[in-house]
Amino acid sequence: MADIILKAPCNTASAPHRVTAWERLKADRNWLGFWFMLPAGVFLILFLAYPLGLGIWLSFTDARLGRPGDFVGIENYQFLWDDSTFWLTVFNTLLYTSVASVIKFAIGLYLALLLNERLPFKAIIRAVVLIPFIVPTVLSAIAFWWLFDPQFSIISWSLRKLHLISANIDFLGDPWNARWSVIFANIWRGVPFVAITLLAGLQTVSPSLYEAAIIDGSTPWQRFRYITYPLLTPIIAVVMTFSVLFTFTDFQLIWVMTRGGPVNATHLMATFSYQRAIMSGYLGEGAAISTAMIPFLLCAILVSWFGLQRRKWQQGESDD
Amino acid sequence: MTVFTRRTLLQGGTAAAAACTLSGPALLDWAKAWAQAAPWKPEKGAKLSMLRWKYFVQSEDDAFVKLIDAFTKATGVKVEISRESYEDVQPKASVAANTGTGPDLFWGLYSLPHLFPQKCIDVTDVANYLGKKYGGWVESAVKYGTSGNKWICIPVCYSGALMNYRIEASKKAGFSKFPDKTDAFLEYAKAMKANNTPGGFALGHASGDGNSWVYWCLWAHGGNAVDKNDKVIINSPETAKALEYAKTLYGYMIPGTASWNDASNNKAFLAGDIYWTNNGISIYVAAKKDPSKKQIAEDMDHAYWPVGPVGHPTELHLMYPVLAMTYTKYPQACKALMAFMLEADNFNPWIESAQGYLTHCLNAYDKNPVWTADPKTTPFRDVAKRTLTAGGLGSVGEKAATAIADFVILDMFANYCTGREDVKGAIAVAERQLKRIYR
Repeated sequence: MADIILKAPCNTASAPHRVTAWERLKADRNWLGFWFMLPAGVFLILFLAYPLGLGIWLSFTDARLGRPGDFVGIENYQFLWDDSTFWLTVFNTLLYTSVASVIKFAIGLYLALLLNERLPFKAIIRAVVLIPFIVPTVLSAIAFWWLFDPQFSIISWSLRKLHLISANIDFLGDPWNARWSVIFANIWRGVPFVAITLLAGLQTVSPSLYEAAIIDGSTPWQRFRYITYPLLTPIIAVVMTFSVLFTFTDFQLIWVMTRGGPVNATHLMATFSYQRAIMSGYLGEGAAISTAMIPFLLCAILVSWFGLQRRKWQQGESDD
Repeated sequence: MTVFTRRTLLQGGTAAAAACTLSGPALLDWAKAWAQAAPWKPEKGAKLSMLRWKYFVQSEDDAFVKLIDAFTKATGVKVEISRESYEDVQPKASVAANTGTGPDLFWGLYSLPHLFPQKCIDVTDVANYLGKKYGGWVESAVKYGTSGNKWICIPVCYSGALMNYRIEASKKAGFSKFPDKTDAFLEYAKAMKANNTPGGFALGHASGDGNSWVYWCLWAHGGNAVDKNDKVIINSPETAKALEYAKTLYGYMIPGTASWNDASNNKAFLAGDIYWTNNGISIYVAAKKDPSKKQIAEDMDHAYWPVGPVGHPTELHLMYPVLAMTYTKYPQACKALMAFMLEADNFNPWIESAQGYLTHCLNAYDKNPVWTADPKTTPFRDVAKRTLTAGGLGSVGEKAATAIADFVILDMFANYCTGREDVKGAIAVAERQLKRIYR
């Protein structure tokens, strides 16, 4: 910088300096924002947009693991369209996501409201609630795998000792049992995230609003319905978007507990994509399965995005 | 474990003596002499790297490291070994073959060299040398090892999976010998179930145990995924028969096998919940090691898979070939190492250290004491001779490997056994997938 300042007068003295386009770009305030954004932009393109684009491109090729493929158009999608296993995984994924998300929200909200009350040992209880979220997913999945084992399940064992059942429950061997079992594991793992985030939202609600409502003679339900709920809506929208995204793309729990079995009853689109792409080596088809997840995910994002734009959602007021 | 007698001690002694030849100066002298005489002279300054499958037993890997050390001392060629879970060697090797860089040698699963036969160096001379010296290769090894009339890899060993059963419970069910025919096996399973001593095969996505029994069942009844020209022929009355057989058998199994993975039957057998299953030697080794399971080790034995209506063994065991990439700068060193690994002075102690997990593909090694020191390991001696190759009648390449990795046949059986599909439906799903793989 010092050089420029020193040299600048010399230049003007010797010859009229013509400002190049590059120099103008460098100094222009309107472009300054662009320059500051550039590193982040490069990062996003390199690590997010490029892999996503590559994935979509791969889904239009017959690429195999370790060798590039040729463009085959929508052939992969055509095959999947008639593939009953693929549709089964779509069904499984939707069921898994919807049931788990709704229950996670209900339990999470309940826990958050409870933890927001004056409780003895509040800090410790809040920390305990987080435990399922802290334990690495693979470890908790292995624990659940043992809990649901057809031969060694502690649940079956206890029920048998209590003479409530005569034979072990086939948790992971029967298609519907297996579905409910993995959904249960997912709920157990996902509740803390919802609960703690909603709790954070609850604490931003000003106590004076509640005080005013109490003075007006409101019932607890009315306070929840007309104060807590409207003020919590933006947080709920964000939390549920994330919750739905995480659940929809779940992989570890399923892979450790069932590998998609029995008879593909718990295969989610993510695990199915992995099986086809990496284990069987059909990268193109695997990429097509993961690309098929995008529309569903986009829907989930758009709902919350448009929701957050609306004043009604933001402030609990009417739009009009 | 059997009671110690003078005889078992003597046998143990022989094994120990054989193991001793591996270490110490004797081995080094032998290795040096071998390096002098061997037809393959490593290039000057040669350095090799090898990616191998991850061991099942530590002692096997220790013995392998010793063997490699001896090679390095005798030839001056440094060898860097890295290990990957056996399912992961294939993707890495595929990438290496495609990009032309990576380890010089890959030691992976059966179909590996057939994914890129033109990228593997021709090792016909090594295979012929070893075959001539050690009583010839078993038939399945020739099929896995050759592409056209060229050897593209050296088949090193198999890991076998056979029937594991409890002796007392079988006797109680009226079977003093494990049944050797599929019909008798069905009777056996029925009787065992009736005595409340059932068994089970994995019907979940168990890459090893699940695949090995469904292929056995399919082939035993004359069913095949493809014919010898790789044309899909799964839709046949034989396949339907195999499915019916499996469904009946499934009825005699312990409940819950539809969710089993590779570890489930080991756990259930060791816990005394099941009395017959299919597995490698790992259940037996684990039972022997654990004092609280001593009784199970004494009361269990291994048997060949029952033979079906086709009249010959239809087993499927995993083969582990080693191959060298054409991009290596040191092909002679690669060949020397491959030959060195399978020379008797190295191979015998190494296969012993594997405790029966691994079986040789060269006939002369039938005499290794590991197969007779404990009669319960003896059936594993023959797995290389009894196995069919991946893909059955068809080629042993990528397509066969894909069909296995994608659980096409396993899912067909599971779909029918669990009642999710009828025979036609189960076969149709498999046929559609196979047609895509084999197009």
